[in-house]
Amino acid sequence: MVRQMENKMSEHTIKRFEDELNLLKEKVLSMGGLVEKAVRRSMKSLLEQDTKRARKVIERDNAINTLELQIDEMTRTILALRQPAASDLRFIMTTIKIVTDLERSGDMAEAIAGALLQSEDHPLIHLESLQNLAEKAILQLQQALDSFARGDVDLALSIIQSENKINSMFKAVQRENLTYMLEDHHQISAGLMAYSIGKNLERIGDHAVNIAEMVIYMVRGHDVRHVDYQTAVALVNTPN
Amino acid sequence: MNKPINYIAGAANPRQKQRERADTRFRLYGMTALALAMMFLVFFFIDIIGKAIPAFYQTEVHVTINYVEAAKTNYNKAIDHKLSHIVSRGWLRGLPQYLQAHPEMIGSSSEEWVAADSRVDQYIKQHDGHGLKSRYQKIVDEMSADGRVRQVFNSGFFTTGDSKLPEQAGIMAAAVGSVFTLLLTMLVAVPIGVMTAIYLEEFADDNTVTRAIEVNINNLAAIPSILYGLLGLAIFINFMGVPRSSALAGGLTLALMTLPIIIIATRASLRAVPETIREAAYGLGASSLQTVWHHVLPLAMPGILTGSIIGLAQAMGETAPLIIVGMMAYIPEPSSSILDATTVLPAQVYTWSTESMGGYAERTSAGILVLLTVLLSLNAVAVKLRNRSQQTW
Amino acid sequence: MSTELTNKITVRDLKLWYGDFQAINGIDLDIYSGKVTAFIGPSGCGKSTFLRTMNRMNDRIASCRVEGQILLEGQDIYAPEVDVVQLRTHVGMVFQKPNPFPKSIYENIAYAPRIHGIVHDGPEMDELVEKSLRKASIWEEVKDKLQQPGTALSGGQQQRLCIARTIAVEPDVILMDEPCSALDPIATAKIEELMDELKQEYTIVIVTHNMQQAARVSDYTAYFYLGDLVEFGETTQIFTAPRHQKTEDYITGRFG
Repeated sequence: MVRQMENKMSEHTIKRFEDELNLLKEKVLSMGGLVEKAVRRSMKSLLEQDTKRARKVIERDNAINTLELQIDEMTRTILALRQPAASDLRFIMTTIKIVTDLERSGDMAEAIAGALLQSEDHPLIHLESLQNLAEKAILQLQQALDSFARGDVDLALSIIQSENKINSMFKAVQRENLTYMLEDHHQISAGLMAYSIGKNLERIGDHAVNIAEMVIYMVRGHDVRHVDYQTAVALVNTPN
Repeated sequence: MNKPINYIAGAANPRQKQRERADTRFRLYGMTALALAMMFLVFFFIDIIGKAIPAFYQTEVHVTINYVEAAKTNYNKAIDHKLSHIVSRGWLRGLPQYLQAHPEMIGSSSEEWVAADSRVDQYIKQHDGHGLKSRYQKIVDEMSADGRVRQVFNSGFFTTGDSKLPEQAGIMAAAVGSVFTLLLTMLVAVPIGVMTAIYLEEFADDNTVTRAIEVNINNLAAIPSILYGLLGLAIFINFMGVPRSSALAGGLTLALMTLPIIIIATRASLRAVPETIREAAYGLGASSLQTVWHHVLPLAMPGILTGSIIGLAQAMGETAPLIIVGMMAYIPEPSSSILDATTVLPAQVYTWSTESMGGYAERTSAGILVLLTVLLSLNAVAVKLRNRSQQTW
Repeated sequence: MSTELTNKITVRDLKLWYGDFQAINGIDLDIYSGKVTAFIGPSGCGKSTFLRTMNRMNDRIASCRVEGQILLEGQDIYAPEVDVVQLRTHVGMVFQKPNPFPKSIYENIAYAPRIHGIVHDGPEMDELVEKSLRKASIWEEVKDKLQQPGTALSGGQQQRLCIARTIAVEPDVILMDEPCSALDPIATAKIEELMDELKQEYTIVIVTHNMQQAARVSDYTAYFYLGDLVEFGETTQIFTAPRHQKTEDYITGRFG
């Protein structure tokens, strides 16, 4: 309904404000793109044992951090100078919140790449379940960014719904590695590493859910954080 | 893209010279017009004052008065036969009466300063056309050489009415008539005018009838004043039977004329009271009457008074309608009631101006001067009130 | 809202015409007791007109015709037996431009209680004047110059004087028609602070063009557009998540 692509909204009377909001959205999306790429690349470096790529991922985290600072500066300025209300206010609030989620996700990617560099002596094996988890987490992140870009409430809801899926996938990784570690104590450091990478991926999934919740708030004005999926659906379908 | 910056005077900026010349020219026109107006005004005042001042002085001659029995019937017996054209006939006419009242004076004689004849007066004042025959001129010259001629302040001008003898003519009767007439005008026109304006402005609905009334009132203020005279004649004198020439007839006629002026001025000053004041009062639960009476009227009062005074000043200077109701009369005695025949200052001035004798000419100017003084004072009061009303809210 | 809401004013299907022009097209609205309700909307949307129907200030306009009901505590203020003068002591009004009477500060306050015979001149009146000025947070500034003209005060002080003048008759409701539009930000802040205090005792309805002001001072906000009440709700809801697109557009500055 609000700030949604399908519902064409008239423009602000003050054109510069409109431009600022558009620029802000662009920045958030490009930051999201960088984070998504970082996660993908960190996983790729892990799977291919490519330390060079892993170092690049770590280096590029700076770009993400720089974008975070720029976005924070922009939201501060808009809050102070434009006093946004209603959908604009919700958009700014959402931006402030999801920037943190994206930055954390970037840090997770950095941590995964870092794990590879640390584990050179004990290369990781049994990567399959971790890879599945990673794919799901990346998909969640990607969809969260899409739902933000389009103001797509249905997509956001499906992300929230998938939270359990990610959790159970992480539990599988956990169980699997625990088994390996019990079987062979030489694999303990590798197992622990895999566990922490899995944890990082699961967190990325959580951040994606956070983003999705904020998108629902941004579009519908309902706060669906800390409620279960059914309640969230019910809230989304009631007028505020 | 931007045009070159050029705000320096000089050859590069030819339009500036042109503009400045036009400005100067325009200012010059204004100053010329003003100077011309001032010149006329100064000329007028010098002329009037110059002519009027002699009227405030009256020549007296020092003569021997013989209070003889015969003077009771023929006042000429009281003085030397030679002097009978030197002494004011008006003064002499009063002698028999004086002797009737003071019989003990009979048989005595005294040296007294008495008013001179108008012709002597004019001769002393060296006015052309004084009309004094040359043998009397000789007598006067001799008396003058003996110090038996003097000029004193003419208090009679302010204390007597009109007279057929110029040395005795004064403005008292006309002044009293003016006061009576204006008082009546004020008493009738101000309350009716103010109430009408308040009703139209504050209470009446804005419909065709009130608009028609408004247009008519505005038109009434612009019609020639002589028409009010005809109206007054028809209504007050012929229909209502008010005595002709009376202050009542004049006052009512002038009230008719002043009414639209007062209504228009009052409406304007009511309208100048900001709407916010009315809203404030209504918002506090004041009734319409309370709002008008407590808030609007006090604020409009200076404006109303100014308008009324200007209206009355105009009425005071009016002659034309009063001619029609018969106030251009010869009134030697100040009237004592509003029903007596009377005249007013401008009418008196007009009457004098039609006389040929020199003594009347100077009295005409003196009368104008008195009238102007009164009118200017009234206007000064009006301006003062207007300044007081220019407060901010 | 946890506390029970009671209606101070209940508006039902209110319609208003100026001659043939319908300025208000059937409004239903509840004004809650002890709350500040803000009316917002673009110029000509009827919000000021609607405000003025609530103490019948529009009676003064001959061509103005009203249909429907406005109930003040259940009583229809447009019923034929209603005394408008008495009504206005229950529903006071503060105007856009500060409009103290060009009289002394004391007289400004004492006027309404005197004409309504609430209090007679004397110590009682002195007390009432002080109380009213205190309530309007202006006593400290004017206590030494009560006999000076009210028009000599600054704009903000004049407006607080007008508020004091209004509450001197102890109304139930205070209507404010853009009370700060002629004031600087500091004076505006003082009035807003004052409104916050006054709502303990009075129900306040304010018309404002300044949306931030509506957001700051009001508990409830009504958005008017072209004579219609588009949306009414809690101010926080209106300003964070309005239900109607028109409200949204207006609040976010996408209007016109």
